[in-house]
Amino acid sequence: MSPLLRNGALKLIGLCAAALLLVAFVCSSIVYGVISTNWQTAVDAYLHFNGSNEHIAIRELRVPRALVAVCVGVSLGLSGTLLQALTRNPLADLGLMGINSGAGLAVVAAIAFFSVGSLNQFTWIAFAGAVASGIVVYVLGSVGREGLSPLKVTLAGAAVTALASSLIHALLLVDKRNMDEVLFWLAGSVQGRKLSLLADVLPYMAVAWVGALILSGPINTLMLGEDVAKGLGQRTVVVKAAAGVVIMTLCAASVAIAGPIAFIGLVSPHICRYLVGRDIRWMAVYSAFVGAILLLAADIAARFAAMPGEMPIGVMTALIGTPFFIYAARKEWAKS
Amino acid sequence: MSKYIPFRAKSLGVSVLLDKRTIIVAVVLVVISLAVAIANAAIGSMRIHPLSAVRIFLGMGDPTEATIVLNFRLPRMLVAFLVGMLLAGAGAVLQGMIRNPLASPDIMGITGGASAAAVLFITLLPTASVRYLPFAAMAGAVVATAVIYLLAWKKGVSAMRLVLIGVGIEASMKALTTLLIVRSPFYSSSKALTWLTGTVYGANWGNVWALLPWAAVLLPLTAIAGRTLNVLQLGDDTAAGAGSRVNRDRLLLLALCVAMAGAAVAVGGAIGFVALLAPHIARMLTGPSFGGLLPVSALAGGIIVALADLVARTAFAPLDLPVGIFTSMIGAPFFMYLLYRNRKA
Repeated sequence: MSPLLRNGALKLIGLCAAALLLVAFVCSSIVYGVISTNWQTAVDAYLHFNGSNEHIAIRELRVPRALVAVCVGVSLGLSGTLLQALTRNPLADLGLMGINSGAGLAVVAAIAFFSVGSLNQFTWIAFAGAVASGIVVYVLGSVGREGLSPLKVTLAGAAVTALASSLIHALLLVDKRNMDEVLFWLAGSVQGRKLSLLADVLPYMAVAWVGALILSGPINTLMLGEDVAKGLGQRTVVVKAAAGVVIMTLCAASVAIAGPIAFIGLVSPHICRYLVGRDIRWMAVYSAFVGAILLLAADIAARFAAMPGEMPIGVMTALIGTPFFIYAARKEWAKS
Repeated sequence: MSKYIPFRAKSLGVSVLLDKRTIIVAVVLVVISLAVAIANAAIGSMRIHPLSAVRIFLGMGDPTEATIVLNFRLPRMLVAFLVGMLLAGAGAVLQGMIRNPLASPDIMGITGGASAAAVLFITLLPTASVRYLPFAAMAGAVVATAVIYLLAWKKGVSAMRLVLIGVGIEASMKALTTLLIVRSPFYSSSKALTWLTGTVYGANWGNVWALLPWAAVLLPLTAIAGRTLNVLQLGDDTAAGAGSRVNRDRLLLLALCVAMAGAAVAVGGAIGFVALLAPHIARMLTGPSFGGLLPVSALAGGIIVALADLVARTAFAPLDLPVGIFTSMIGAPFFMYLLYRNRKA
């Protein structure tokens, strides 16, 4: 199947369009919500701050929320693309593979046992959890003759998720503090995150974004097959390990701010493949935009779906993402 | 000495070959169940001597202790046991039918559908009686199963595609359940946890009576319908060649499986991995023939849930944890072990 955008010029134009769309979504994320505001108020909140409810809402809630959604979305989109390329598995997703819930378990355990409160530490703990569960899923998914198979990875991920979520529930019940808040965090949310929290993890994220873009070239070569890549002089182990570190960092940073959000990492690469084809370099750039746009859209939808309450965004992404998963699963099994 | 005991009843028109090993295993499991029942009655915030517990069961004994045992501990234990039996039955049927030891209604989204429907029922009709809850849960299980089956259909259903799509449906059903809970007044209450992890907390005689008819009807029906399962396990073509009406039998078995899972979920919520674990234990004990597998799985499932609930109730006292946490803690590693062991498949 030839991609929608065939040549370089079209792809560049598409990129500009994606950027414009992203800006549009950021703006609507700032303006629309329970407290309805308009453009003028949003601009005034920064230029002529008068302390009114609308201005406070925009400065303290809406803008941070939109920025968090963008950063998390970019991270999830990029990590999904790298993960699907690296595992050659169109069903790979941080949430479905249990990596998110491993990170979540690590954070909840840290809160329960060591009274860890700062988000900066969350990132490292989530990183450790993500790595541990990632290794478990990878090993379980790749034992046996035919190596890494989508089915086994998905099943191993389901098992890890089930185990982690039952442990998380146990910890929450034993340690009854803020159960509401943690339940909401566990479903994934970009609401109520302060900009200072984002600033804490942004350095890690930014490094990983750059790393992902740099790695997309070598991964493109790797996609030709491990032997071919070796023959072309690539040190495949180094590339794979680096990609693994980048994926885990992106996952840990986004889980630390927003909680486990599934399916964005699954859906973005599929949309990008449709748009630009199988070139990982283009896909990586596009998936950053697509991930951010998807997460912003899900966040805006989540605000209105449970008016006047808030719906966890993870629920929204799961509902949007499942059809994609099923589509991909059907396609995958048609081939083999 | 023969391995089997033939049983023929001319007047009923029935003849069965009873496997001696299965009978011994079943008797041992029944004895263990009774021991678990006594332990469940005896252990708790107020300790009761096991002998007094036995006397209470026999209708004698101290009235205060009897109140505690008969009003609180016994119904809860019975509900746990029945839920375990039904889940195990559903798992045994599903594993036999899909011919995949990794299949289980909770991984494949069937219990997820039942949970979502149960929560929807409670949110929409908060005043309706719990008696109708099993019907709602079953309807949810039926819808989820139908959706999975249809989506997996592509010139026939491949078992792998069925499982994979089930995983996807399970994820969306979980999301739907969370959505309904967040939108409803019982958000953050322990009731919500019933459908997130599975618990038999606060089970009473009403729940027992709601569940007992289903178990009493569905399990024997499954045992009868299960005859065809042995043939189906040989593969569709061989089964058809052997005279089995493959599609009809499979649909019937699927319906029974869904009904059992739905009834169990309606009362106990999504208690994870019992449906996976129990049939495997049973297969180790009696071998793969379905005739012995079903009763032994059901007993094993009942014991697992009742025992896990005993631990969940007492290990962190005064906290009463959901039983689903403990079944998943045992079940998930076991599932990973199965994945590892099946690596050549």
